[in-house]
Amino acid sequence: MTDILMPALSPTMEEGTLAKWLVKEGDTISAGQVIAEIETDKATMEVEAVDEGVVEAILVQAGSEGVKVNAPIARLKGEGGGASPAPPTSTAAKRPQGEHETGSATITDQGVQPPPPGNAVAPSPAAPSQQAGETGATTQAPRPQTGNGASRVFASPLAKRLAQAAGIDLGSVKGSGPHGRILKADIESARGGAPAQQTKVPGAPQPAAPAPALVQAPAQHKTLEQMGVQPGSYELVPLDNIMKVSARRLTEAFRDIPHFPLTIDLEIDKLLEARKRLNAAQSVKISVNDIIIKAVAMALQKVPEANAAFTPEGIARFKHADIAIAVAIPGGLITPIIRKAEQKGLAQIATEAKDLAARARDKKLKPDEFMGGTFTVSNLGMFGIKSFASIINEPGACIMSVGAGEQRPVVKNGALAIANVMTVTVTCDHRAVDGATGARFLQAFRPMIEDPIAMLA
Amino acid sequence: MADFDVVVIGSGPGGYVAAIRASQLGMKTAIVERELLGGICLNWGCIPTKALLKSGETYEKLGHLKDYGLSADNRAFDFDGVVQRSRGVSKQLNQGVAFLMKKHKVEVIEGAARLEKGSPAPKVVVALNKGGERAVQAKHVILATGARARTLPQIGMEPDGERVWTYREALVPKSAPKSLVVIGSGAIGIEFASFFRALGSEVTVIEALDRILPAEDEEVSIAARKAFEKRGLKFRIGAKVNKLSKSGQGVTLDVESGGKSEQLKADVCIVAIGIVANTDGIGLEALGVKVERGNVVTGAHNETNVPGLYAIGDCAGAPWLAHKASHEGIHCIEHIAGQPGMGGLKAPIPGCTYSQPQIASVGLTEAQAKTAGHELKVGRFPFRVNGKAIASGETEGFVKTIFDAKTGALLGAHMIGAEVTEMIQGFALAITLEATEAELMATVFPHPTMSEAMHEASLDAYGRVLHI
Repeated sequence: MTDILMPALSPTMEEGTLAKWLVKEGDTISAGQVIAEIETDKATMEVEAVDEGVVEAILVQAGSEGVKVNAPIARLKGEGGGASPAPPTSTAAKRPQGEHETGSATITDQGVQPPPPGNAVAPSPAAPSQQAGETGATTQAPRPQTGNGASRVFASPLAKRLAQAAGIDLGSVKGSGPHGRILKADIESARGGAPAQQTKVPGAPQPAAPAPALVQAPAQHKTLEQMGVQPGSYELVPLDNIMKVSARRLTEAFRDIPHFPLTIDLEIDKLLEARKRLNAAQSVKISVNDIIIKAVAMALQKVPEANAAFTPEGIARFKHADIAIAVAIPGGLITPIIRKAEQKGLAQIATEAKDLAARARDKKLKPDEFMGGTFTVSNLGMFGIKSFASIINEPGACIMSVGAGEQRPVVKNGALAIANVMTVTVTCDHRAVDGATGARFLQAFRPMIEDPIAMLA
Repeated sequence: MADFDVVVIGSGPGGYVAAIRASQLGMKTAIVERELLGGICLNWGCIPTKALLKSGETYEKLGHLKDYGLSADNRAFDFDGVVQRSRGVSKQLNQGVAFLMKKHKVEVIEGAARLEKGSPAPKVVVALNKGGERAVQAKHVILATGARARTLPQIGMEPDGERVWTYREALVPKSAPKSLVVIGSGAIGIEFASFFRALGSEVTVIEALDRILPAEDEEVSIAARKAFEKRGLKFRIGAKVNKLSKSGQGVTLDVESGGKSEQLKADVCIVAIGIVANTDGIGLEALGVKVERGNVVTGAHNETNVPGLYAIGDCAGAPWLAHKASHEGIHCIEHIAGQPGMGGLKAPIPGCTYSQPQIASVGLTEAQAKTAGHELKVGRFPFRVNGKAIASGETEGFVKTIFDAKTGALLGAHMIGAEVTEMIQGFALAITLEATEAELMATVFPHPTMSEAMHEASLDAYGRVLHI
């Protein structure tokens, strides 16, 4: 017997809506078969079965909202059938064994999909807040934190091991043992089993959602009324999943990453001219942003030190430029990725960007289409913004903020002249990309924008 | 107005320990006992049998003196002396319990209790041994009435004190029978068989199931049978006793096994086919106390369905072990006192059989662990390659460990060999503390000890055994 658990389909997913069941009780399913549709914080996803067997029970009905990640959603009767074998009561009664570990079998059998192929930098679903989990190239669960060393967490050896396997932060679990010691049963209930021992620490993250959530820390958050706002003078827009996740991740990124901006002005007359000729010559409409994406990718090949991510184990240097592009969607922001942009032509980049943006707005992106970019480009030029400095979008250490291209007075050969100028700011994670490295990247980037023919070099 | 905070009925290892704990927590406590303080355990069970077995074991050892380069002439035993020593041991401990009750200011009421309706708990009415009646009202009443030997009078399996014994008669025989049949190969049956065999009786053990010591791990059962047969015990396995008849000369048993019938004759027969809870005649029916198959039905804190009434130990069901009763008694009292009690710990209950060789186990057997759906890592280590065992000339038996392959949790441990009953608590502690194979491997075991086999068996489960 195997429980199918609510899968984490994205790194930030903490709960989701079980939209639709595609199987019913009694159905025989095979591994890889699509069994349900789940709406996550950012997309609607299909859930594939990991194990084969007969669906014994559907535990969460279609349309259920707020289903916690790792909560059992269905039960699978294993191959070979038969009801789950329980020890005969007589022998069980003779030697009570604590509890039978029905839960432990699901640790590795849980219905969580393996990380999407190619998504080497997928943060562990269990701990999106941990950079440690985002080191890339590993699917190992991060070490459970123990309350940031604030105080020692007492847990049994078995509980520690189970927590590590399940990616549960021991600091978030309330121990039911002597002196609050965390026991096996506490981890099992934190994993979404019996809620009896579930932690009820105010302000602490819910056990099924180990990442601390900003919105769950009301202790430090004053109400508007406490801040002097008249009651009834505003409307409250409830937070949806995207807002909650964005709020938390942005807070963490801005607070935890030592970041700094580097700003340059770029003349883009030649770029605009080149674009005009390109668009006249072929049918795919290429935007300035597409050219910027390509130029960033080419520049990253010249200065690979800027195509990086900081991890506690070391600085990850990415082999390809997987350029994430910030796309505004209703209620939030998503960053779909042009993979290996350095190998792609402008027409292909333009086509992909258009498709990704459209599907992002429809919330139809797959996790590997928006997870794990190595460098992000955000463009507010169309709104007439002159310059801005974005918040770093992990895992990539740099994000480029592109301002509006506009005619400005410039000094050329000691005389005033008019040129189309665009201000570009790169925000860098200083732990991975220092000022000199960031500057070298911009040095490589400048000629490709100011004279796109440099991209051919 | 209640006379007591807690009244405990029955002063066995469940009852008297509960009474001490209640007193420690400041509760005014009384204990009712109709016979001897200490109950079956130290008057007619655990303790006096251990005294007999020590005599038997020592006598057996005398027969092997030459193995140790020693000699003594005229090995002999004084049967009455053996029994009297056993009674003396019981008496000493019985007086010890009386002292403990006094020390903890627990009032001892000698007599037979029955329950009547009362508030906030049932009223306890005691027919006093000295005559007369005394009714006491407590806030909490704890049933710790224990159990007695199961008998089957309809086929003659009923003690007569002469030819047919239960553990009670077997503890105070006038002489060692020349031939003996023991019905039942659980701990009680095997211990008496072991004792009388050591003193020279011809002993046959009848077991209805397909192996002896059926509660133990199968490998242990098999090894135990070999070790016992080496000592001259005989077994009838998968055998059913259809009839037991007595005569002046002895007993005759009609035994059926594997489709064949035979008649076994012996001087004496010991009935050890299980025990029955003492739950009749104390007014449980009238109060509506839920009883199933003779056992009082209890919840997680030993509460019954009747407010203020609790049940611990044998009268509340298996396993019928003194340490289970004490554990429940403490947990129950601490719960009443509003303390967390044992917390979330669900300690496994070890079981010990004091035969030669000894048998001890805790947790799941391999078959139980498999049935529970675990993938296993199983380790074994024989005493025949353990230095201390070789030096002591006690190389029989082995240690077996069972781990969950996925989590490394120790699920069960099983041992057969000399003094293994003194070692099993190491594994019990490991399971209670939720240790994994890593802690067991990292623990330093002193050399030379038999306990090193516990370490090696843990290493063996992970292919790291050193001395094989």
